[in-house]
Amino acid sequence: MPAPIRLRELIRTIRTARTQAEEREMIQKECAAIRSSFREEDNTYRCRNVAKLLYMHMLGYPAHFGQLECLKLIASQKFTDKRIGYLGAMLLLDERQDVHLLMTNCIKNDLNHSTQYVQGLALCTLGCMGSSEMCRDLAGEVEKLLKTSNSYLRKKAALCAVHVIRKVPELMEMFLPATKNLLSEKNHGVLHTSVVLLTEMCERSPDMLAHFRKLVPQLVRILKNLIMSGYSPEHDVSGISDPFLQVRILRLLRILGKSDDDSSEAMNDILAQVATNTETSKNVGNAILYETVLTIMDIKSESGLRVLAINILGRFLLNNDKNIRYVALTSLLKTVQTDHNAVQRHRSTIVDCLKDLDVSIKRRAMELSFALVNGNNIRGMMKELLYFLDSCDPEFKADCASGVFLAAEKYAPSKRWHIDTIMRVLTTAGSYVRDDSVPNLIQLITNSVEMHAYTVQRLYKALLDDISQQPLVQVASWCIGEYGDLLVSGQCEEEEPIQVTEDEVLDVLEGLLVSNLSTPVTRGYALTAIMKLSTRFSSVNRIKKVVSIYGSSIDVELQQRAVEYNALFKKYDHMRPALLERMPIMEKTATNGPTEIVQTNGETEPSVVEAKHPPPVTQPANQANDLLDLLGGNDVVPVIQTTMPTKPASAGGELLDLLGDLSLSGAPAPAPAPSVPTSQPSFLLDGLSSQPLFNDIAAAGIPPMTAYSKNGLKIDFTFERANPNPNIAVITIHASNSTEADMTDFVFQAAVPKTFQLQLLSPSSNVVPALNQGTVTQVIRVLNLQKQQLRMRIKLTYTHKGSPVQDLAEVNNFPPQSWQ
Amino acid sequence: MIKAILIFNNHGKPRLIRFYQYFAEDMQQQIIRETFHLVSKRDDNVCNFLEGGSLIGGSDYKLIYRHYATLYFVFCVDSSESELGILDLIQVFVETLDKCFENVCELDLIFHMDKVHYILQEVVMGGMVLETNMNEIVAQVEVQNRMEKSEVSVQCQPVAELISG
Repeated sequence: MPAPIRLRELIRTIRTARTQAEEREMIQKECAAIRSSFREEDNTYRCRNVAKLLYMHMLGYPAHFGQLECLKLIASQKFTDKRIGYLGAMLLLDERQDVHLLMTNCIKNDLNHSTQYVQGLALCTLGCMGSSEMCRDLAGEVEKLLKTSNSYLRKKAALCAVHVIRKVPELMEMFLPATKNLLSEKNHGVLHTSVVLLTEMCERSPDMLAHFRKLVPQLVRILKNLIMSGYSPEHDVSGISDPFLQVRILRLLRILGKSDDDSSEAMNDILAQVATNTETSKNVGNAILYETVLTIMDIKSESGLRVLAINILGRFLLNNDKNIRYVALTSLLKTVQTDHNAVQRHRSTIVDCLKDLDVSIKRRAMELSFALVNGNNIRGMMKELLYFLDSCDPEFKADCASGVFLAAEKYAPSKRWHIDTIMRVLTTAGSYVRDDSVPNLIQLITNSVEMHAYTVQRLYKALLDDISQQPLVQVASWCIGEYGDLLVSGQCEEEEPIQVTEDEVLDVLEGLLVSNLSTPVTRGYALTAIMKLSTRFSSVNRIKKVVSIYGSSIDVELQQRAVEYNALFKKYDHMRPALLERMPIMEKTATNGPTEIVQTNGETEPSVVEAKHPPPVTQPANQANDLLDLLGGNDVVPVIQTTMPTKPASAGGELLDLLGDLSLSGAPAPAPAPSVPTSQPSFLLDGLSSQPLFNDIAAAGIPPMTAYSKNGLKIDFTFERANPNPNIAVITIHASNSTEADMTDFVFQAAVPKTFQLQLLSPSSNVVPALNQGTVTQVIRVLNLQKQQLRMRIKLTYTHKGSPVQDLAEVNNFPPQSWQ
Repeated sequence: MIKAILIFNNHGKPRLIRFYQYFAEDMQQQIIRETFHLVSKRDDNVCNFLEGGSLIGGSDYKLIYRHYATLYFVFCVDSSESELGILDLIQVFVETLDKCFENVCELDLIFHMDKVHYILQEVVMGGMVLETNMNEIVAQVEVQNRMEKSEVSVQCQPVAELISG
């Protein structure tokens, strides 16, 4: 069999291949030759074959059949064989293959070899890919070599020890004695790797960290020698003495000095010295300065030193070298939290970096700029950042937009400015804005009441220009739906009002519905907006037509909405104004019960219609359910009224009708009403008629009061505090009748200001017997979270001597203890 | 810690590949392709640091590279290494290659892949920096090369052609 070709022959051959297929063919041929050569167990050519195999492996071809051959090479006596064998093992093997364990014995022998280079090879291999088993077996050998005086071996042993510690952390203790005099070495290679070893040990174990703190003076001394030693040709790199070692020592000092006052104190001088004496004309000097700055910022350094560090970073920012600017921005980002004022001084330079061509620098400058924004510089910074948003790459736009929103929210100097900024972002980077910002923006716009006209006008104009950016379109359609009336009435104060007709507005919204650019979500917004305009515009017929068309839309969401809106037009037209009212101001906090419900109602109007509950009643019902859950009762009839001063009278009238229906016989009213149990279980009645439910709870000594007394009907209030929740005041009304005739069909209703929640339980009966022969009692529960003065408006209806009587009264004379 | 050292040319052909963490073979090739793609896009006047691609990465890893004539030298490192320090290290490595090969060029790396590995072994071991003194590295490599040569010369003549070079 002819001798296998040499490596360079193979390489030459492969380079002549003109296509990938040709190359593959050549390699396959050679692989076959190598395989047969391996089978022949040829010792002389094995190293050559493995070398070729490694080359082919680098090009991406499979070479696993050479793994065992590497082991055979390692076991050979020849240095040449061992060299390529170990290399092959490191490139082809790893601990996942069982084969690697076979190496253990060879490595052990080689660690004790007479030739240091063989020992070096063994250490290298163990330190690169030794598995935990191997490390455990051979740690002792490594430890021995760590103590040798041979610097070549010592430095390799140190790095090998690092690998052993990483694989088997429990063995760390074993290497402790050997570290004792590592730092007194003169050889820089050993020093360097020793510092690496010490660093690794300190990072892994707080005990080691404490133990090695005593080395700080020694480290400081070594560093000092390096700086002061003058020119030393062996370690010189561009005129600086062993910069790599300096950087390593600085890093170790950083770890040792962190959160330790004494060590930090000991380092202050040398750090100042390094910071001021290092030459900055070449990269090596800057590398050292950079490490020094990081160390100063991390340890407990004195403030003068910190200012020095930040100034160095500031100088870095002005450096022409991009790499220096990059590391400066990265470090400033780390320190901006702790040394905010010092970094602020460099703000203008940082903002200039936004215009840099380099993508990495731009990103860091952007993050840093957002970190530096505060109430004072918001206007200037925002100008720069918006300009950046216009011109930056798409990958930045989402982050930049979110950052702008956050900053604007925190520091906006005026509402108008805030709205303008948002508009600017939406129009320039509208399609990159994150999805969750749409509801946030809507909430913001709702809350800036005085800006509604201005906002809707600007959004409308933006829509006319461009309907492709979905977040913009969604926010705009929502606003037009809400404030369309302001738009057509031309009421804007802030800028020149535009003349828009209702038809034009509807054209735009209908355009959104049919456009290919609109996503289903956007279409939903548009349809709801059109629906809302039915109460604000006069062209109701057009809207009805649009809505009915979409009742057969393929999109299920749109179809459902359209069908429900249709139903609203046809069957529940009287409820439409109340439903489509202006949204009240939304609070963001989740803990505030009522407003949270308002918010969800607003955004899911269709589901509200579906449930057939008018919103004003549903939300109190939900609150009532909460209260009921609190108090454990679930058979009581929730009857709530919350008076909202802006509510149109018709809606209020409906509510009273509902309540009237409810409290009578409980027959289901024609208008939808919360389904309530109509028959009261007897035990409740018993409970109610005898004493107030919470009699056992301490009455807290609140005096009773007379709330109403007229025409023979007297209503007294007595108070208890509900123990589970001290904010709830439990009032029991006692209605008595001093006239000669009974008062039948007696209904007591109560309403409280918006800040309260009221729950009316069912009365003991609806007949107030004449001549004070008995009382009708009813329990009212009032939740008074804000501890405001309790006021109540009551309405009484009853039939007396055949004729219906109705009366309204205000109750203002609540004793202070009842609501404090 | 250095996770990988990659040397490839302007067309993406690998000249030296060294991973200090286990990756399957096809993964290795994918990483090489992805890294080449990221690095070759870069202009010459931007900074030498890149966030690593998704394959080799996590967020802690950076690519630090230098472009010398027709070759890219790329080191993939984590945050425990100083970025500027690694730049210097690449410089030291290239200068060492220069000393060992007498005006090193791409062809030297092509035909002496194993020798380049041996030199690298004296600079970086197990993903950590071992020696940065150029003269020291060169001296050690020379001794080992001489050992190889001497082993061959004690055997008969034809065998002298055994070793690749």
